[in-house]
Amino acid sequence: MNMIVCIKQVIDPEAPPASFKIDPSGNKVVPPAGVSPVVDPYAEYAVEAALKIKDASGGKVTALSLGSNQLRDIVKKPLAMGADELILLEDEAFDDGDSWSTAYALAMAIKKIGEYDIVFCGREASDWNAGQVGSGLAEILGLPSVTLAEKIDITDGKAKVQRKTDEGYEVVEVSLPCLITASNEIGEPRYPTIKGIMGAKKKEPVVWKPADIGVEPAQIGAAGRRTKLQKLFQPVREGKCEVVEGEGPEEAAANLAVKLREVKVL
Amino acid sequence: MAENKGVLVLCETKEGKLAAISAELLGGGRKLADDLGQELAAVLVGSGVAGLAQEAIACGADKVYVVDDPILKDYQTDAYLPVMEKVVGQAVPQVLIMGQTSIGRDLAPRLAFRLKTAASLGCLELAIDSASKKLLQTKPVYGGNAQAVFVTESFPQIATVRPKAMAPLAPDPSRKGEVIKVDAGIDASALKAKVLEKVPEEVAGIKLEDAEVVVSGGRGIGSTEGFAQLEELAKLLKGAVGATRPPCDNDWVPAGAQIGLTGKIISPDLYIAVALSGSSQHMSGCSSAKTIVAINKDPEANIFREARFGVVGDWKKIVPAFTEKLKELLAK
Repeated sequence: MNMIVCIKQVIDPEAPPASFKIDPSGNKVVPPAGVSPVVDPYAEYAVEAALKIKDASGGKVTALSLGSNQLRDIVKKPLAMGADELILLEDEAFDDGDSWSTAYALAMAIKKIGEYDIVFCGREASDWNAGQVGSGLAEILGLPSVTLAEKIDITDGKAKVQRKTDEGYEVVEVSLPCLITASNEIGEPRYPTIKGIMGAKKKEPVVWKPADIGVEPAQIGAAGRRTKLQKLFQPVREGKCEVVEGEGPEEAAANLAVKLREVKVL
Repeated sequence: MAENKGVLVLCETKEGKLAAISAELLGGGRKLADDLGQELAAVLVGSGVAGLAQEAIACGADKVYVVDDPILKDYQTDAYLPVMEKVVGQAVPQVLIMGQTSIGRDLAPRLAFRLKTAASLGCLELAIDSASKKLLQTKPVYGGNAQAVFVTESFPQIATVRPKAMAPLAPDPSRKGEVIKVDAGIDASALKAKVLEKVPEEVAGIKLEDAEVVVSGGRGIGSTEGFAQLEELAKLLKGAVGATRPPCDNDWVPAGAQIGLTGKIISPDLYIAVALSGSSQHMSGCSSAKTIVAINKDPEANIFREARFGVVGDWKKIVPAFTEKLKELLAK
């Protein structure tokens, strides 16, 4: 089973909300000082989904990441978790893409990799929360896709995917090759083992430039966008909380109950 | 090629009726269509859905495309995709709206790529720019830390909208509209995926999305027993219990109780937030609650910036006393 997992490096989404800043001129987020970037947590679920299949039936897992300034210690995490290979699409021309230009570049890289049974993505990424690259990749590559996977079983050359729905879940059977996006229900991503970390240190990623995957700079990154970001802003918080007090917590609690009755909230 | 015109809403059905989200989208879509001075169309895809066309018209549609075929009984990407491609080819809309549901989230991006246009998923607000007449698509990004407004230069401009972000119109059964039947034209042998079974989530009591009162706990609740206390309060108020991510990860509550960007999105009348800090990620699932009440020992916690009323202190002392007092007041 050959599996390709799309990952990316992002600003740590667990950084304190107060450290979140927007560059007023550029419609861009300013990376918080002193906070190291991380592998997108949604993508880690995708890595975990692929590794679970590798555990059960063997195979090769290739992680594929797009961006510039990818810190090797960060983007090597899938290798440390158990992936076999890491390919970086690394060039400033790949930056600031939308779902279209990003999926296009990834699809061209996947075509170059050539052999695969399953392509994995996270259900969205923690930065732009677009949730489209997986389905977009499938469309460009002409693959069937199943999104929001909670559990995957491979039998008789087909994938049986438990897919999260609004009402519960459904089981979808899909032929291979296919594209699957992983949801967080797939299970906590494994921690890298010491052996995994040591192994990852020795492995060097393969780096591809736009020319290596046969794309023109005009088709990728910011230049290839189909959606324009018109505005990026932080919603204003009103901050008019009425703090109910009392002699001790029990009395404050009782006063809160009285207050909520008074204002007819209850 | 025909000029792209009008707004098209993909309607979903639930238990043989128009889904609540679809009535909301028709309400919101009506306004966009009026702002453009154009028509609002709906599309119904499924098996045995033709009878719902009048309901869609009553909710604001001028025209309803109906694709009714047993093969479309369950949502399935590679069956719905060519159907929607066909309907869009016939309707040629400027704007296409779907719900941010397990269907819309799957279908919208793939359809956008197929039609060589773009989509924005999980929008909170859609508006027509008065100068350019383009669709302004506002959605939370960076886990709710920020919001972005996107504009698509190509047609149709596709967006999915979160539940309860738009208001439905009061249905008017006397409204008249045109119903257009479209053949599915699906070759069953060409489908590469099929739905084997559908399993509904089991919910004890009232569903979170439907509850008027939600009592929600965070990491600070600390245990299953702690959540039992929130359950007691919720029961008293005929509400449901929700949670942030850590209690779900720790199995203190079922995963289905999670509220936030990666969980459920709710808008109850009253949201009682207990021992949770109010991270952006969590708040993007409940910030449209009418009234938020916070109980937290940290006066600096972000939840106090979101809440209308609050008490600072240990929830273990506050929740039982609050529950007792409410019992007394509600009995009067």
